[in-house]
Amino acid sequence: MTVDQLINWLPFGTDWPVITFLTAVIICALPVFLFIAVYALVAIYGEVKISSFMADKVGPMGQGVGLHAGKWGLLQPVADALKLILKEDIIPSAADKKLFVMAPFVVFIGAFISFAALPFSQNTIIADMNIGIFYILAVGSLSVIGIILAGWSSNNKWSLYGGMRSVAQIVSYEIPAGLSIISIIMLTGTLSMQGINEFQQGTIWGILPNWIIFNNPFSFIAFFIFFISGVAECNRTPFDIPEAESELVAGAFTEYSGMRYAFFFLSEYAEMFVVSGVSVTAFLGGWNSPISGFFNSPGWGVFWFMGKTLSLVFVMIWFRWTFPRLRVDQLMSICWKVFLPFSLLNIFGVGIWILIAG
Amino acid sequence: MGVVHGDLMTLNIGPQHPSTHGVLRLKVKTDGEIISEVEPIIGYLHRCFEKHCENVSYEQVIPYTDRCDYIAAMNNNFGYAVTVEELMEIKVPERVEYIRVIVAELNRIASHLLALGAYGLDVGAFTPFLYMFRDRERILDLFETLCGARLLYNYIWVGGVSHDLPPGFIDAVYSFLDYFEPKIEEYNELLTYNKIFIERTGDVGVMPPEVAVSYGVTGPNLRGSGVKWDIRKDEPYSIYDKFDFNIPVGAGKMGTVGDCWDRYFVRMVEMKESVKITRQALKGIPAGDVHQTLPKKIRPPQGSIYKRTESPRGDLAYYIVSDGSPIPYRLKMRSPAFTALSVLGEISQGWMMSDVLVILGSLDIVLGEIDR
Repeated sequence: MTVDQLINWLPFGTDWPVITFLTAVIICALPVFLFIAVYALVAIYGEVKISSFMADKVGPMGQGVGLHAGKWGLLQPVADALKLILKEDIIPSAADKKLFVMAPFVVFIGAFISFAALPFSQNTIIADMNIGIFYILAVGSLSVIGIILAGWSSNNKWSLYGGMRSVAQIVSYEIPAGLSIISIIMLTGTLSMQGINEFQQGTIWGILPNWIIFNNPFSFIAFFIFFISGVAECNRTPFDIPEAESELVAGAFTEYSGMRYAFFFLSEYAEMFVVSGVSVTAFLGGWNSPISGFFNSPGWGVFWFMGKTLSLVFVMIWFRWTFPRLRVDQLMSICWKVFLPFSLLNIFGVGIWILIAG
Repeated sequence: MGVVHGDLMTLNIGPQHPSTHGVLRLKVKTDGEIISEVEPIIGYLHRCFEKHCENVSYEQVIPYTDRCDYIAAMNNNFGYAVTVEELMEIKVPERVEYIRVIVAELNRIASHLLALGAYGLDVGAFTPFLYMFRDRERILDLFETLCGARLLYNYIWVGGVSHDLPPGFIDAVYSFLDYFEPKIEEYNELLTYNKIFIERTGDVGVMPPEVAVSYGVTGPNLRGSGVKWDIRKDEPYSIYDKFDFNIPVGAGKMGTVGDCWDRYFVRMVEMKESVKITRQALKGIPAGDVHQTLPKKIRPPQGSIYKRTESPRGDLAYYIVSDGSPIPYRLKMRSPAFTALSVLGEISQGWMMSDVLVILGSLDIVLGEIDR
């Protein structure tokens, strides 16, 4: 159900437009917030456990009753969240208070409102805008402003470095990411997320699912460019340059503690989901089943979408625990000297492909 | 187009910082991300070690040597014991020599594991660090069965060692070596030949051989610059002349000779060589009493001695002046990490913020030894 349908359905109707609108927004926003919170807990648990298995450890474990982390450490993320909520919220006296307080929310909003355009299934999308994918790219960049605010307002040299680096990073990854999406838009002829999904129904030659990644060799390359740029957008290793815990202590987040820090944390995980979700929608068939017509109902759509998205989130976690970190100028040279020419070539390639293949 | 320079910003890295390998402070002048000057400021861990030694008897110095380079305490004990023995002209039994070489080489592996693991952490890779700590743990377990301590052993004494090998120790070392050797390949696959790791370390922080020699840099750092110099080979002490092993030197495989990757890789290969030495020592170890030459009272004749040994960090030398009493008149330690740190300012100029910590990590300093 989308926001528009909800607005029409609400009893106040057009007599009280403001109240209707606000009610609809709250009805839509609350479940998303709950979803992000629950997903973040699951993802944190997943990250802790996956990293532990990769590093030949067992991770959090607990047996019996009492203040243990629960069976297999299942309560560990709850304990983490509780700790962050209960911790003292420190605002440094030298900090620019208004900006310092604002920054975590700006970062979170960037990740949060992207969820509005993510299609979970054929009919589960908050707002099926005709500019859906453009909207996500646009608001996704908003969180960088939050990081810059955090870096500047903390009045700490490490934070400033983190903020500066995230600026250098955004101008590098945004362009190849955007250009790879353009090649998708050329193929599908629509900016709507649901439109892109519907384009990917059916099969190619009856074998492969008709996903854009398999559509032509250029979109195959575009997927990797977009996903790697997406990892940079999430500030995850190997692109966790603004955070760089071994160089910049915690980069832009150095001075944050307690709940404010938790918001940065939450938005990092939310952004991982958004980036993976966009990659899945744009390249991996979104809510389409891998086998055409196999469990392809809207209910199963959620399953396929979540399954694919969480797999990509897993890949990001896998990256983090395998790779070292790049230097900021190396990230820029990869983005400008490798990704940018390739994504430009992709656009040409896709154009020629459309001309030839029809 | 000219280069635009802004004002320089002074940045204090440390004394509390995740990557300074102890309580080191780096006063860094930066132009944006580019470093124009690095000044290491030391002394936060100064414990008056050398002055203490002038007030305790010779055997009581050994626990102090443990606390200098706490990552390779066996090697520090070893160097001190060898120095005093040479001053007193004691000849220790064969078995003691073999035991010393075995524990020193095992400790060298443990020290390099820590250095390489922490280096991975500096570059941003977390998992290799945990892998290497997992394997270092097994060496510490071995030492625990040997002398009860896991970090500060007080094991190698003047004229002998504190305990003979416990039963089953030799088999345990063999099984560790069999377990450990394939693991080196695992580290190589995971970290050494990782493209990002090579990008970060190859060609970065190049230390030309002339610079290394003029600063007195020794050990793996010097060998990383392509200079073949190892006290174990060039000035053999103890029984190192009996063993067959190679001295790895940097070859500039991933960039220029003397870059961070070379220094890192020299340590990696050195672990293999240590395994080789340990195997030979285990095979040749004779029976005997390890306590028979322990002197009742250490009272070296009047005179002085300067003796160097190869610790995992380089030339570790002790200068001891004896006035014939049971207490050293003067004891000075030449610490290899101190000279390694002094070269940091020279080789990290013009690199970026992130590189300074990568270069610092590649020098493998231990602050306990620098400040003493």
